Amino acid sequence: MATAQGEVILEVNDLRTYFYTRTSVVKAVDGISFNLRQGETLGIVGESGCGKTITALSLLRLVPKPAGRIVGGEILLHGEDLLQKSEDEMRRVRGQKISMILQDPQTSLNPVFNIGNQLMESLALTHKEGRKNLFQRAVESLRDVNVAAPERRLEDFPHQMSGGMKQRVVGAIAMSLEPDIIIADEPTTALDVTIQLQYLRLLKDIQARTGLAIIFITHDFGVVARMCDRVAVMYAGHIVEHGSVRDLFNDPQHPYTQALMDSVPKLEEKVDRLYSIEGQPPLLWDLPEGCLFAPRCPHARDKCQEYPPTFDIKEGHTADCWRLDPSW
Amino acid sequence: MQRYILRRSAQGLLAIIVISMVVFALARVTGDPTQVLLPDEASEEQILQTQIEWGLDKPLHIQYFVYIKRLTRGDLGNSFKWAGVPASELIAERLPATVQLSAFALLISAAIAFPVGVLVAVKKDTGIDYAGKMVAILGQSAPSFALGLILMWVFAVQLDWFPTSGRGGLSHMVLPGVALGYYNVAALMRLTRSSMLEVLDTEYVKLARIKGVSERRVIWKHCFRNALIVPLTYFGLIGAVLITGSVVTETVFAWPGLGALVIEAILARDFTVVQAVVLLFAFTFILINILVDILYAYIDPRIRYS
Ligand SMILES: Nc1ncnc2c1ncn2[C@@H]1O[C@H](COP(=O)(O)OP(=O)(O)O)[C@@H](O)[C@H]1O
Ligand code: SF4
Ligand SMILES: [Mg+2]
Repeated sequence: MATAQGEVILEVNDLRTYFYTRTSVVKAVDGISFNLRQGETLGIVGESGCGKTITALSLLRLVPKPAGRIVGGEILLHGEDLLQKSEDEMRRVRGQKISMILQDPQTSLNPVFNIGNQLMESLALTHKEGRKNLFQRAVESLRDVNVAAPERRLEDFPHQMSGGMKQRVVGAIAMSLEPDIIIADEPTTALDVTIQLQYLRLLKDIQARTGLAIIFITHDFGVVARMCDRVAVMYAGHIVEHGSVRDLFNDPQHPYTQALMDSVPKLEEKVDRLYSIEGQPPLLWDLPEGCLFAPRCPHARDKCQEYPPTFDIKEGHTADCWRLDPSW
Repeated sequence: MQRYILRRSAQGLLAIIVISMVVFALARVTGDPTQVLLPDEASEEQILQTQIEWGLDKPLHIQYFVYIKRLTRGDLGNSFKWAGVPASELIAERLPATVQLSAFALLISAAIAFPVGVLVAVKKDTGIDYAGKMVAILGQSAPSFALGLILMWVFAVQLDWFPTSGRGGLSHMVLPGVALGYYNVAALMRLTRSSMLEVLDTEYVKLARIKGVSERRVIWKHCFRNALIVPLTYFGLIGAVLITGSVVTETVFAWPGLGALVIEAILARDFTVVQAVVLLFAFTFILINILVDILYAYIDPRIRYS
């Protein structure tokens, strides 16, 4: 995969998003940093519940209210901090600058409005023009995501469409305002593998055409290899390793990344359970002191009682693990 | 869709027939109308004479078939109490008052319950939400006659803002309207709240926000119509609540409607009128339910197209 060399459009620094429940504080995202260049694809990988979706929703400032709150950090989009923006300003960022395809395309469309209505609603936000023109634009948006006979499809309601079709319509809606960044949260519902691959290829095609930057959320290293330029591995709200796809595949440094790699099935091979790492991720409201992976780590030592700093392995490749400390 | 309406109507007709039997049987349990028609000192002969005159000497099932035969011709029978006046005439006289009061009650309950239900859902777990909950609990636990009497005492007797009873202008309608509608407000509001909360948590609402749709539009376009589906099914019940409520409320406020009429008729053992009014109530109830189902299909395309 070609390494993108566009300018940095998004810079996330020390982002923290916590949930305040009656009895505890859930640190869903706890101090993560990364950046994103124009035209590149960043993968965010990690087990279920490690904070991937909440990271994405934080970028849009759509963390579930009232429990969830962004408590710290910066999200610099073209140098401007999104956390300082008003709700009105944020609304113009959503869809137009950063957009997102949700995890479940099956339920992402409103059941009581037809596709045309939902697509034109978003188009109308930036194109102040008559119904006829909007309709034409909607037809083109559907054509862009390879929907056949788009004119007729616009009249359809979500329940009349197949899963793959809905997914593409959701894609068309997310893409309709030509955002700079799109976040694709990996579909959890098991859509047909070939449909899934078609969909990934479609995203790549659109990216090649528009120079869109993609944040691709997944728990599948096979998809990462296929789709991404760089990868951030998340564990319990932290990015524990970060680097190019090549670096991570050839030279994984964090024991968690290594375990993920070892448990990756061969490409195309269908398995029920993706990971077979021993043990469970920690409870986010009852985090252990020190390295969060320690309870499952085969290398853990006393030193791991303290949270490791981020070590540079080489240009653009970092990991949070004491084993990288020269004194280990 | 047409077949759907047809099928629902056939079911409705069947229900009406069953109800007419039950009502017919029950009305006869209230006692012998000849006692009302004739003075106490009437002779055996006079009683028999009257029974023959009114067809009361025949076996019950024959009486029922006569009744149904007349019913199909639109003849609801003659009143015993208001000697010889057709029940249909009495109903026609009282119906407008009841329709007026029920429509007013329905209007104020919908106008209050839906917006407030949405508001308390959006403001979940705040003071507004708790206040709404309190009002709802009070509403559902207060029997409507008690509420009617309290309203009357406070606003008519003490404050003298509204008349205590009778039918007249808008001011006459306020107290009985509130008494009749209040129960529905509470129930509808709670239903709207819970169904709104469910909808607010859906993926399609998230997608609407991701698109950059304004919060007002998210709530009133994307959520409201979906959230309406559950409370709407309850509208069928509202019909029943209004009907039974009207009996009590009209009596409390001396509102000259069907509810008051049926009470007068029951007290007079005027079972032609009781039967006629109750049958009309049943018919209305069933009609409302069919209309609700059609509206439901209109709002939710998943029903419309299946
Ligand atoms: N509405 C919520 N209230 C409380 N905690 C939540 C809520 N949503 C998510 N979380 C917490 O945040 C963590 C991260 O969730 P998420 O980002 O959805 O994980 P994933 O990596 O599977 O996408 C979860 O483990 C969960 O404990
Ligand atoms: S810091 Fe220690 S426990 Fe954590 S991953 Fe590295 S070796 Fe394992
Ligand atoms: Mg997720």
